[in-house]
Amino acid sequence: MPNENLIEIRGLNSLYQDRQVLFDINFSIPRHRVTVIMGVSGSGKTTIFRHLIGLKKTGPKEITIDGEDLGAFSEARLMQYRRRIGVLFQSGALFNSMSLAENIAIPLRAHTRLADETIRIMTVMKLNLVGLADFSDYMPSQISGGMKKRAGLARALIMDPEILFVDEPSSGLDPITAAGLDRLIVELRETLGMSAVVVTHELESAFKIADLMVVMDEGRIMAVGSPGEIRNSADGRVRQFLNREADTCKVGLESYYRRLFEGK
Amino acid sequence: MVNLIQSLGAYALKRVFSAGRLGLFFVYAIRGIFLPPRKFWATIKQIQFIGSKSLVVIGFTAAFTGMVLALQGYHTLSRFGSEGWLGSVVGLSLIRELGPVLSALMVAGRAGSAMAAEIGIMRIEEQIDALECMAIDPFSYLVTPRLIASLIALPLLTAFNNVVGILGGYMIGVGLLGVNAGAFWDGLITNVDWSDLNMALVKSVCFSILIAWVCTYKGFYTGVDEGRFGPEQVGRATTEAVVISSIAVLTGDYVITSVML
Repeated sequence: MPNENLIEIRGLNSLYQDRQVLFDINFSIPRHRVTVIMGVSGSGKTTIFRHLIGLKKTGPKEITIDGEDLGAFSEARLMQYRRRIGVLFQSGALFNSMSLAENIAIPLRAHTRLADETIRIMTVMKLNLVGLADFSDYMPSQISGGMKKRAGLARALIMDPEILFVDEPSSGLDPITAAGLDRLIVELRETLGMSAVVVTHELESAFKIADLMVVMDEGRIMAVGSPGEIRNSADGRVRQFLNREADTCKVGLESYYRRLFEGK
Repeated sequence: MVNLIQSLGAYALKRVFSAGRLGLFFVYAIRGIFLPPRKFWATIKQIQFIGSKSLVVIGFTAAFTGMVLALQGYHTLSRFGSEGWLGSVVGLSLIRELGPVLSALMVAGRAGSAMAAEIGIMRIEEQIDALECMAIDPFSYLVTPRLIASLIALPLLTAFNNVVGILGGYMIGVGLLGVNAGAFWDGLITNVDWSDLNMALVKSVCFSILIAWVCTYKGFYTGVDEGRFGPEQVGRATTEAVVISSIAVLTGDYVITSVML
């Protein structure tokens, strides 16, 4: 019987050039559940996302997928892993020189030898799933940001991935479109048993879709738990995030003067 | 002093790292020929972009270069009463030097800049990341078709340049300055041999690789070293692509000429 946890993150540290952005991250991503990683901008949630999809190098045993060390993956093994996942980037990341249908068909054309007609039918089905069936011949420049994101989701789903990674699904979208995307993610989990990892800073969306929530701040985990546990958290910083309270000045007067006059 | 040594060391390491990455980039692009996805139509599209869409600009450049060569050559040769050599002067200058170099510079300016900008935009808009996440080799998908297309298109454009340039020279030399047509063609046919055509071919093949390599590399790593991904980085990558590939063409021209002469 497979382990209940699909992905284990243990002692993950990460650097951007000389600056450390993640500090000793530990949590598990369960199978067939929606895990939401949330936090303010710059909290490190997108860095974790990039580690999980193999775009940023990971140290030994820091991330294991089905018990296999992501950091030790060969190039071929990483390609195999990526065939199991679907990724929706914040901007949709559609190719501007291709129509929506062509964009969505890219993985099928690259990894299968399906006939053109079959590819067309599969593309229309996925576009239908995200409500864009009438726009298959449109170019990305002819559609709105929300539609681009939905088309990006259709592309992420075209190979029926086992794990769906979504970066900021609701950002920049109107409430109705955002709610539609949230509902779609939940439906995918309920109907297909898909595991999903969603990075967001939108509280409403996060509580609506999450089975497990990870709250981050300044590269560290503040809290991990079910939406109910997070909502009832007594941690001051978590409460501040949930209550959308602005930061008060964290720098003392003395250190402020020192920075100002001594440049330290 | 310690800071200076540290800075020099960091600079040297950065250069070595960049050189290694540039070499690997080329290896990955070549490896891409044998990797999926199929790239026949992508290559055809790029041949059309690099090749047929450059015909007008190269035609103009070639025609006027041939015409100027005929004017200058005629005035120099007439001092020695050797106007009959005009055909060989125009032909040899174009085929051995000006044809390959000018075609390459035009392609670097027109198609090379577009390659760098297009791939650079794909980098800043996360499209290259998306390709990787779709388990598609971005070198094979983006770089290899452009490299193959450039290898096919530039030698053909160089041949076109040479023909148009010689016709431009003929038009001015024979039509305007009154050089004997028979002497013009005879000089050309007698003095231009296979080694000259071979030199033009070798040069255009080398230049096509240099241009595609530099321009796709610059686009591919847009903003990566700085960790910033915006329009400013695309602009810089495009400018650097054109400048470096042009310098590479001129330097390469000297090296190839000195080796082959």
